[in-house]
Amino acid sequence: MQMPAPEPAILAQREVLLAELRGFLAGDQVIADGAGLRAYDSDAFTAYRQPPLVVVLPNDVEQLSQVLAICHRRHIKVVARGAGTSLSGGALPLADAVLIGMGRFNRILDIDYANRCITAQSGVTNLALSEAVAGRGFYYAPDPSSQIACTIGGNVAENSGGVHCLKYGMTTNNLLGLEMVLLDGTVVRLGGKHMDADGYDLLGLLTGSEGLLGVITEVTARILPRPETARAALLGFASNEDAGRVVAAIIAAGIVPAGLEMMDRFIVAATEEFCRPGYPLYVEALLIVELDGPAAEVDDLLARVVAIARAEGAVSVRASENEMERLAFWSGRKSAFPAVGRLSPDYLCMDGTIPRKQLAHVLRRMAELSREFGLRVTNVFHAGDGNLHPLIMYDANVPGELERAEGFGSAILRLCVEVGGVLTGEHGVGVEKRDLMGTMFDADDLAQQQRVKCAFDPEGRLNPGKVFPQLHRCAELGRLHVHGGRLPFPELPRF
Amino acid sequence: MARFEPRRLEDLVEILRWAAAGRVPLAVTGGDSKAGIGVPVAAEHELSLAGFDRIHNYEPEELVLTAGAGTPLAAVEALLAERGQMLAFEPPDHSRLGGVLAAPDAPRAGTLGGVVAANLSGPRRFAAGAARDHCIGLRAVNGRGEPFKAGGRVVKNVTGFDLPKLLAGSWGTLAALWEVTVKVLPAPECARSLLLFGLTPEAAVAAMNQALASVHMVSGAAHLPAGVAARCPALAGSGGAVTVLRVEGPESSVRHRLAGLQALLDAGLPGAGLPGGGLLGGESAPLDDRESRALWTAIGDLTPLPVAPDHELWRLALPPASAPAVLAALAPQFTSDWLLDQGGGLLWLCCPAGTPAESVRAVLATCGGHATLWHASAERRAEISVFHPQPPALAALSRRVKQSFDPLGILNPGRMYREF
Repeated sequence: MQMPAPEPAILAQREVLLAELRGFLAGDQVIADGAGLRAYDSDAFTAYRQPPLVVVLPNDVEQLSQVLAICHRRHIKVVARGAGTSLSGGALPLADAVLIGMGRFNRILDIDYANRCITAQSGVTNLALSEAVAGRGFYYAPDPSSQIACTIGGNVAENSGGVHCLKYGMTTNNLLGLEMVLLDGTVVRLGGKHMDADGYDLLGLLTGSEGLLGVITEVTARILPRPETARAALLGFASNEDAGRVVAAIIAAGIVPAGLEMMDRFIVAATEEFCRPGYPLYVEALLIVELDGPAAEVDDLLARVVAIARAEGAVSVRASENEMERLAFWSGRKSAFPAVGRLSPDYLCMDGTIPRKQLAHVLRRMAELSREFGLRVTNVFHAGDGNLHPLIMYDANVPGELERAEGFGSAILRLCVEVGGVLTGEHGVGVEKRDLMGTMFDADDLAQQQRVKCAFDPEGRLNPGKVFPQLHRCAELGRLHVHGGRLPFPELPRF
Repeated sequence: MARFEPRRLEDLVEILRWAAAGRVPLAVTGGDSKAGIGVPVAAEHELSLAGFDRIHNYEPEELVLTAGAGTPLAAVEALLAERGQMLAFEPPDHSRLGGVLAAPDAPRAGTLGGVVAANLSGPRRFAAGAARDHCIGLRAVNGRGEPFKAGGRVVKNVTGFDLPKLLAGSWGTLAALWEVTVKVLPAPECARSLLLFGLTPEAAVAAMNQALASVHMVSGAAHLPAGVAARCPALAGSGGAVTVLRVEGPESSVRHRLAGLQALLDAGLPGAGLPGGGLLGGESAPLDDRESRALWTAIGDLTPLPVAPDHELWRLALPPASAPAVLAALAPQFTSDWLLDQGGGLLWLCCPAGTPAESVRAVLATCGGHATLWHASAERRAEISVFHPQPPALAALSRRVKQSFDPLGILNPGRMYREF
C-alpha cells in the first residue's frame, strides 16, 4: 500500500503551524509530542500505522473552522477522526497531515419527540443516541457492531450499516440533516428536521464520502419506536447451498427479516467454544433469522420461516421462546470476531457484497482460494443483504503472511465484483480497498467522482490517499476535450 | 428546434458531445409528465430519454430491478405486481397538474428515470424512504458527453461516492440518466385505514405523531380539511376534516394493529373532547383494502386538490410538529384547499395565483424546511424562484457540484435555480 509521499513544503511548516494553533487553542488541544502522536497512529485497520504531523482537538465549530482555514491557507493536508473504529483505514493519519480529533463534539443537542428526531454533535457515540431516547421507547436504527465506541459523525462519513439494515436501512436512510465545515472553514448546514433536504442531495453525497468532502460537526437523525417484540430462529443446514436456498425462499415469500445472518462451520465451532451459545456443531451452515414487529405478525412470520427451512431440508430448527433465548442465539454471532481472534494470532476482516444467489458459488470459490493462498478463511455473513465478512487468518510474525493475506483478500473482493457485487458493503474503501476501485469503476466513473471531490476540495487536501487509487489535479479533471459541431444523427426521430 | 430521442448509449453520448462542443442547451425529458413542474427550461432542443424504455433485469429474489430511464412507471409497477412486489416509495402521478387530464383507467404517467430525477415519493415516504433511498445504481452521461456509472446492483454498498443519491432529485441538471437500478420490496398483503373525524390541525398532527411513535407500524398518515375530504369518494359524507392512518401487512397483523391503534387513540387522543372530535370506530369499520388503496393513491396524486388556472400549488417540506403553526399563518390568509401528508411533514397548499413567495417562505424561517412552487403557469414559474432559495455558501457549493458534472451548463439550464 503506497501512501502519497509527504510533502517537504508541509513538513517544513510544522513549527510555525504549531505556534499559530497554540495562539488560540489551549495547551491540551494541540498534541505534538512523539508519545501523544503515537496514540493516534492508526484506526481499527491496524495493519497500517503512521503518526500524524500534529493532532488538534477543537472544542467547537468556531475553533474547527479556524483550524481548517489555517490549514487551507497553508496548503496543509487534513484528516478527520471520530473514534477511530474504521476497518478500512479511513482515519489513517498521514505524516504531513493535521489529524483532527472530533472527540470533544460530544453533546446531544436536542431530542425532539414531536418530530421524532435527535440532534447531536458528531463525536457522540452511536449507542448514546439510542440510549438517550430509550426511556421513551425509541432508538436509532443503524447498529454497527462497534456501536459502543463509534461516533455518529464517523457513521455518516462511512455510511455505516449493521445487522438490521435489511429492514431499517443504513445511516444514509436515517438522516435528516447535518452541519459540516468545508476545508476553507465555511460552515454549511444541510436539511433540518424535515424530510428530503432541498436542492441537490448533498446530505446523501456526504454520507459515505469517507472524510473527503468536509468535516461533519452535527447530525440530525430520525428515531424510531422500538418494535413491540422480536423473535429469532436458529436454523442449521448440511450445506451452504441449502442455507442459501432458504435465504432466497424467505425473501421470495415476501418476508423482510430484521436480521438474517449466516455463519459457517468454523465460526459455529469457534463461537461455541468461546461463549457456549448452544449452537449445533454438526451443521455446515447456521442461519439466525430475526423478525420484529407486532407480536401477532412476528409469531406468524416466524412459523412461515420455520416451515420454509424444514421444506428445504434444515437439519436443526429452533425458534426463540423468550428474550433470553433470542439473546443467546445472537451471543455467538456477536462474539464471532473475538472467537476467531483466539484461534489465530491475526486476521483480516473483509467486507464485500454479492447478489444473494451467488452465495454458494462464492463460498466454494473462497475455499479454493484458501487452499491456493495456504491461509484459513471463515465467514460470517449478513445473508439478507448479501454482505460478506470473510475473516482471513494469518500470523503477522511470519514474514510474508500479511502480504499473502492481503492478496487473498483482494482475490475475494475481485470475486465479489465479478459475480455482480461490490467491493465494500459497509466498511468503506479507505486505504484498504483503494487500489481495487478500478475493478468496479472505469476511468470515466472515477473521474466523475473525483470532479465532485473538486467541488468541495479543489486542492485535494482533505483525507488524501483514501478511496481513489490515483490523485488527479482538479485542473486536469476539468479540462474539456470536445469535438463536433454538426447536428448529429440526421436519422434520429425529431419532432 | 430538434428533438432527439436516442435509443442507444452511443447515440446519447454523441448528442451530448455535440451539444458540449457547441454549448447548445438541451431540455432533458422523459415521459414529459413533469413539464408543468419546476422552472421552464429555455432550450432550443429537447433530449428525450423516452427511448431507453426496456426493463433490463428483474430479479425478484434479489429485490432489485434495472431498467432504462425512459421505462414507463406503469410497466415497471405492473411487472413487480406480478411477483407481489412494489416500489415501496409509492411514486405519485402529478401529471394531472400539468393539465393532462387522464381518463380514470388510463395507465399512470411518468417514467422510472423521471421519478428518480425528481425524487418523487408518496405517502409511505416516512416509513419506507424516498425515491432516493431506493435508487441504488445508475448509468448516465454527464454534460461533457462522458458516460459513467455509479452505485451498483446490490442494496448494501458503500463503494465510492453515492452519486445515485446526488442525481436523484437533480431534475436532469447534472447528467442524462439512461439506466436506473432500484431496490424493490414485497407488497403488503393487505392495507386498511383508520379514520379520525373533525380534528383541528393541532389535534390531527398530535394524533399522527402519537400513531407514528407507536409500535403499530403506521405507513400512511394524512389530514384533509373538510372541503378536500369531501372530494374523496371514500370520505364523502364525513362532513368535516378527516385524519387518515394506514396500516399494512399480513391480514392478521393489520387487524391486531388497527385495534391497538384505535385503543391507543381512544385513550389518549389529545383532541378528544373537542366539539365533533374523536374517532370513527364503533359505528363504522375502518376502510377496507380496496377503499384504502384508492384513497391513498388519491392523496399521493393530489386528486382532491382543485387545480385551476387561477390557482397555484405550493409544496412545503417541514418538521411535522410545525405544520399547525404554518397552517395557522397561511391557510386563513390564502386558502381552504390544502392537504397534509407524510405524517405532517409535507403540506400541499392550493393558493390563489400570484401569492407572494416571500409570504409562503417566511413562515418556514423559524421552523426550517423548504417551499417549492409545485404548479403554476409557465410565465409565473419563469419569473419567481420555484425552488427554495439557498443560503449563499450552500448555493455556491451547489453551483460547483453542477459544474463538476456539466461545466458548460447544457443540461436543463435553470430548471432548478436560474443561476445555473
